[in-house]
Amino acid sequence: MRMPLLALLAKEPAHGYELKSQLEQIFGEAYPAPNIGQIYVTLQRLERDGLVRGQDVVQVTRPNKRVYELTEAGREAVIEWIDQPSAGPRVRDEFFMKLALSPVAGTSDRLGLINRQRRHYLSQLRSLSELAVAADRRIPRLLIEGAILHLQADLDWLQRCQEDFV
Amino acid sequence: MTGDDGRQVLRAVNLTKAFAGDGVAVTAVRGANLALEHGEFAAITGPSGAGKSTLLHMLGGLERPTSGQIWLNGQRVDQLSQARWAVLRRRHIGFVFQFFNLVSNMTVADNVELAAIMGGASRKQARARREELLGELGLAGKAHAAPARLSGGEQQRVALARAMANRPLLLLADEPTGNLDSAASLAVLALLGRVHADGQSILLVTHDLRVASAADRVISLFDGMVVDDAPMTAPRHPTPLPDVLKLRG
Repeated sequence: MRMPLLALLAKEPAHGYELKSQLEQIFGEAYPAPNIGQIYVTLQRLERDGLVRGQDVVQVTRPNKRVYELTEAGREAVIEWIDQPSAGPRVRDEFFMKLALSPVAGTSDRLGLINRQRRHYLSQLRSLSELAVAADRRIPRLLIEGAILHLQADLDWLQRCQEDFV
Repeated sequence: MTGDDGRQVLRAVNLTKAFAGDGVAVTAVRGANLALEHGEFAAITGPSGAGKSTLLHMLGGLERPTSGQIWLNGQRVDQLSQARWAVLRRRHIGFVFQFFNLVSNMTVADNVELAAIMGGASRKQARARREELLGELGLAGKAHAAPARLSGGEQQRVALARAMANRPLLLLADEPTGNLDSAASLAVLALLGRVHADGQSILLVTHDLRVASAADRVISLFDGMVVDDAPMTAPRHPTPLPDVLKLRG
């Protein structure tokens, strides 16, 4: 959450709610709605770390709001973040742990495990495909496409496991 | 023994297929059981070599099973002669193939009308059916073109129209998106979804799990056997969203 907030603040100062709605606007329904409490906590930490500077703005009829702007260190952090290559592929290995450890745990129906996991992935794939059809903006659509491709890789991996184990 | 209780359009019992190889028999399908109810859309999936296409070809009468039974709409059909199968296919089955298999020296319209006439329609009925189908599939403007002038996605939509021309009891599709890019695949898949929504029974073979996940049921074939037969009962929109959507940052 830290770096996306800094990236948004690189454009102009904003308060927490504005940042939340900007994230929603860019990423659409594909992105889990950021929790406003989480955003406030993150902004406080960024301020503590010297990456943003907050200033209270007095409002007459409503509670004061705190507007944040990027510091020079914050601006450098954003540039560094954007310019660096990101970490490699994510291997979500909880299922694989189950598959590897099920005989040790005394439940060795690996085909059953693989079938249940395949059903789970297939139903996610179906939901994502429906979301993809409904997504009319580029960023949310590409995000969903990425999730679909990851799931397809997970399904391929499942098949490899099946070929080897069963 | 009767084939079913009337709800099933297709049933396969303990179906096997062995091919005589170089002195060795190769068993492609070993004891497959499956059933499809009227109006159902099922996908058969599995790795290459799992026996998917062989199974579908047996169910459509293109290959003769080594053993086992096939029941189509309550009638046992696995022992029919090739000629009887040909009549059955023309009248009651629609087939869509990976490589479209359109008749290249006939127009799009004639490809579809011929299938309707072979299915028992009069010329006038065939023409009306062709107009209706090409209209529904967004191809009305291509009726008088040669198939080769069309893109792969369009040719597969024509093949779908042809397969639907005889109002088949059962639509069989063998890797219908296997030769298409992803946009054309999705378009063909959307059309299959539409004809299914109109009540068409569909059995589709695909190695593409995204395509398979659009069906009501996914039948997993592995090494010639059905290893899973899973109803797809996913909520239309999952909550919470799958982990794969959670961005890091």
